[in-house]
Amino acid sequence: MNQPLGYRKPTPGTVPVLLFPAYKSTVKRAPQKEPATVEATLCEVTGPQPTAELFGSASGDLTHFDGGEALGERIIVFGRVLDDQARPVRGALVEAWQANAAGRYANPGDRHEAPLDPHFQGVGRVVTGPEGEYRFLTIRPGAYPWGNSYNSWRPAHIHFSLFGAGLANRLVTQMYFPGDPLLPLDPIFNSVPDPEARQLLVCSLDLASTRPAYALAYRFDIVLRGRYATPMDE
Amino acid sequence: MALRTTASQTVGPFFHGLLSPGLNNLVGPATRGERITIGGRLLDGDGAALANDGMVEIWQANAEGRYDHPDDVQELPRDPHFRGFGRCGTDAYGVFEFQTIKPGPVAGPEGKLQAPHINVVVFARGLLRHLYTRLYFPGEPLNESDPWLSAVEPARRPTLIAAAEPGGGQRPRRYRFDIVLQGENETVFFDV
Repeated sequence: MNQPLGYRKPTPGTVPVLLFPAYKSTVKRAPQKEPATVEATLCEVTGPQPTAELFGSASGDLTHFDGGEALGERIIVFGRVLDDQARPVRGALVEAWQANAAGRYANPGDRHEAPLDPHFQGVGRVVTGPEGEYRFLTIRPGAYPWGNSYNSWRPAHIHFSLFGAGLANRLVTQMYFPGDPLLPLDPIFNSVPDPEARQLLVCSLDLASTRPAYALAYRFDIVLRGRYATPMDE
Repeated sequence: MALRTTASQTVGPFFHGLLSPGLNNLVGPATRGERITIGGRLLDGDGAALANDGMVEIWQANAEGRYDHPDDVQELPRDPHFRGFGRCGTDAYGVFEFQTIKPGPVAGPEGKLQAPHINVVVFARGLLRHLYTRLYFPGEPLNESDPWLSAVEPARRPTLIAAAEPGGGQRPRRYRFDIVLQGENETVFFDV
């Protein structure tokens, strides 16, 4: 059997530096040795398929839980998942998780002294449609303090996890909000070397997609590594 | 038109909403193959456990060496009772564990078989992007010719080979696979 075609590398400048001392937790956790260089095999061009059997049922509505409505500013977060050649990635699993409006996660490990919301779990799961489109209805998350350094605060963000067709284009990232004054101070955001790549982590207000008198809409397009089309490209 | 790929960001410490129940058990009663348990600790550069804030995903072929994926066109049997994906968060001791089956060998470059292995992806607070590694099994003849193991300097290959622990009675054999993020015994990670 011929070797399958692999995935192109991420665009230079978009890959965070593993050892980024301003983000203290990287200091003892970033590998220091060079990764081994290998050729793609069937094992990386295949990957898990987003079945409900595997991941549980999908829901893009985070604003209702346990018989009640979550507190905070409702927002629509939507966009398309594309590959690096601007082709839609269909059938991709998109998972999102986030803090509540007060900046607290529904997670026993989160000790921030902010109220929990019994009607907000902060986890959503959707599968992209034929044009790579996805959509969540959620609550705008609050900023929160963290232990990185004295009085450090994370900018408001929503975590995203994506599975494209193959293990090689797995992606975990965070989406930020436009105009957040905490962004220039955030070492996680700033670990991305290329400032333009950093700005692509910031969603944009899309008035045309709002639900009038109900929720503003923010667009966040996500670009996954694309696959070589012919052995010549490779 | 070429687009910039979206930058990776850390999974952070509060990803537990991703851990749907049962995601670290890949087998059911009808799954074919030898039941095994794989597990270990996720450790930092000081040898300290990543307590509750690390996440490990695995992806593997079925007992016959076929992936549950449309791009796997090998002429090998599918197993409708095996999906091949698992996800597990580390516990307070940095331990992760999966119930699975031993995968068969999968075709590799130049028509040669790759040694049986499990693809492992590591996420954690403090990891700004995920890491790829592989768990291989001890004593496999194919380990000698495996293309990825061969790409690693011999002194570091043992970091990729799980240790078989003594089994007992009817319990599945357990393979221990510690993942060391940094330092002298740093696990080999691959540039996938």
